[in-house]
Amino acid sequence: MASVTAPAPVPAPETKERRYLDYGQPLWRRVLLTREMAIIGLLIVVIIVASAVVPKFGTTVTLGFLFLDVTPILLIALPMTLVIITGEIDLSVASMVGLSSVIFGVVYQAGLSMPTAALAALVVGAVGGTINGLLVTAVGLPSLAVTIGTLALFRGLAVGILGTTAVTNFPRYWTQLAKDKIGDTGIPIVMILVAILAVIFAVVLHFTPFGRGIYAIGLSAEAAQFSGVRVKRTKLILFVVIGIISALAGIYYTLRFGSSRGDNATGMELQVIAAVLLGGVSIFGGRGALHGVIGGVLLIGVLASALRLANVTSDVINIITGVLLVLSVVSSSILAWVQSKRAKPGIPRRQTTDDAPTQGRETNEKGIT
Amino acid sequence: MSTSTMFTPTEPGTSFSSRIGGVAKARETGIVLALLLVIAITTIKNPAFLFSSDGFRDLLLTPSILVVVAIGEAIVIITRNVDLSVGSILGLSAYLTGQMFILFPGIPIAAVFAIGIIFGALLGLINGALVAFAKVPSLVITLGTLYIYRGINLAWTGSDRIDPSDLPRTFLRLGTQTILGIPVLTLIAVIVLVIAAWYMKNTRGGREFYAIGSDPAAAELYGLKVTQRVLVAFLVSGALAGLAGVLYAARYGTVNAQAGLGFELEAVGAAVIGGVAIFGGSGTLWGAAFGAYLLFTINRALPVLGIPDFWQRAVVGVLIIGAIVLDRILALRQSRKLIEARDEDRG
Repeated sequence: MASVTAPAPVPAPETKERRYLDYGQPLWRRVLLTREMAIIGLLIVVIIVASAVVPKFGTTVTLGFLFLDVTPILLIALPMTLVIITGEIDLSVASMVGLSSVIFGVVYQAGLSMPTAALAALVVGAVGGTINGLLVTAVGLPSLAVTIGTLALFRGLAVGILGTTAVTNFPRYWTQLAKDKIGDTGIPIVMILVAILAVIFAVVLHFTPFGRGIYAIGLSAEAAQFSGVRVKRTKLILFVVIGIISALAGIYYTLRFGSSRGDNATGMELQVIAAVLLGGVSIFGGRGALHGVIGGVLLIGVLASALRLANVTSDVINIITGVLLVLSVVSSSILAWVQSKRAKPGIPRRQTTDDAPTQGRETNEKGIT
Repeated sequence: MSTSTMFTPTEPGTSFSSRIGGVAKARETGIVLALLLVIAITTIKNPAFLFSSDGFRDLLLTPSILVVVAIGEAIVIITRNVDLSVGSILGLSAYLTGQMFILFPGIPIAAVFAIGIIFGALLGLINGALVAFAKVPSLVITLGTLYIYRGINLAWTGSDRIDPSDLPRTFLRLGTQTILGIPVLTLIAVIVLVIAAWYMKNTRGGREFYAIGSDPAAAELYGLKVTQRVLVAFLVSGALAGLAGVLYAARYGTVNAQAGLGFELEAVGAAVIGGVAIFGGSGTLWGAAFGAYLLFTINRALPVLGIPDFWQRAVVGVLIIGAIVLDRILALRQSRKLIEARDEDRG
């Protein structure tokens, strides 16, 4: 947005001043005064309050169950963040969890080994992701519509293959592995896998040209294309990756509950997206960071766990999730509005450019897709 | 100037043959043909599907509730928004309907309908106000209110449920009653459809929805009251979901906290199958209504055709993807034709 005004000769000194306002803030302010840190701060407050008020919240048993519960959401939220930053969305993830869970179970039941079954599930995840990705990139369809379609398709295949039956006779070694803890810390072993993936995704998103390309696509796919980002290839890769990670979450889900069913993880796509958006990722793309998303996932997980221990029923957790989600988006536009009122007229305001994309970027994005 | 003269001979309504051509080319025709095909194949397999009196009634009756919701959803989608909270609004309104009859025995049925619609409209107004005034994406807002409304429903209902015995018999009969062989619920849906479709096609207000959906920024610059229109779209969607809740209670008699769960995706699916572009600006309410009929008719046809109904969702998925691919191809072909027409005109 700023570059548009740059060619005009007159506002040149103003541009300089604006730059100073933007980047003149000390590092600690730029790191701490962000949405991501607000979510993480809120998470810490919730943990402290819950530990003090809710009996048994601070125990390792609670911690273990908390991590076991959030693992699938946390896994899928990682690639989902990247997908949403490009301005796309994938609603089919939970159906892919169900489908991969069924494939995993069926292949194992057919007498093949567990690793083979897991591999088959991951391949199905990659194929499903490729279908989504090709429909979005090669055919040029809006991802929202495509993945509503594959949401129904993948779930339909999952339920169709197994019907009302379930595969439950998994070897104890594997189901136990999904629940085992590291020593007596209460942290499940599977969290090591999650942590490794989180680091990989964070590095790719924040410290590689590929990751910068993801942000560029979200801000303006056309401009990204012209500056050399391979827009379609990047989106296709992300859809394949989110398919594979969803399948991985499906395998974990199956092992954790020891049951492969067609209706596993129904509705989880909304939980994942709610957590990602709560973590400060803009639904229009181009903005967001992984530490915020992880904070968002854990915030919902901790709240749910603490409230459940405090004997609050799941309906209140639903309400709180919804209110947090609405507040997280409304608050930023209220803040922008307040700032634009407070700022003196005549001085170029950076805030207005933050505000404007809500309308402008959307048109841009949809126009291209 | 020259382009407009070129199109004069093909302007709609000038001759009978061109009108027929328009109908044949319309996006909705494909859906109707698909619907007729499904009905025909299923009827050949099992004549009772269409020709038994129950079969015919169910054919019309079952999709009516989705039709009502899909109309509201289509209006919202046409303005380039989406309303994911309709399923939750439907659930709340259905339970409220039951509670009304329990709390106020003898309450007139018309009053219950009015309460359901107004209640839904209020919930829709909350969505609309958040989307329109805070200028935040409707997908996020209505995802949030989906949780909030469902949470309120769970808190209010708990493990309780409305049973048919709680409802007056006249109200329940409404769910299955027919007038001249046509179920009352279908009549209600058709009346809503005709009014809403007429409004969207022929009035200034209706066309403004399309204008906003085609290009929100241009609509704003043109001087349309975008905020107000978006607010109205959500209000209507909420009101229709509220109405659908009352119909749901009348049709099924049993209402628990799960009523209407996942209905939002069915409604969006129906609209998309019916040719309403997910990013707004094009599509008709007739299309959305036919889409809803196609969805539910396939649901009922699959078991008759000997396909276990577990596969139903997969078929729905293929349909949705097929519909949007088709729309894409049609749009590409049309833009190519327009470019050709322009070049010919210049040459």
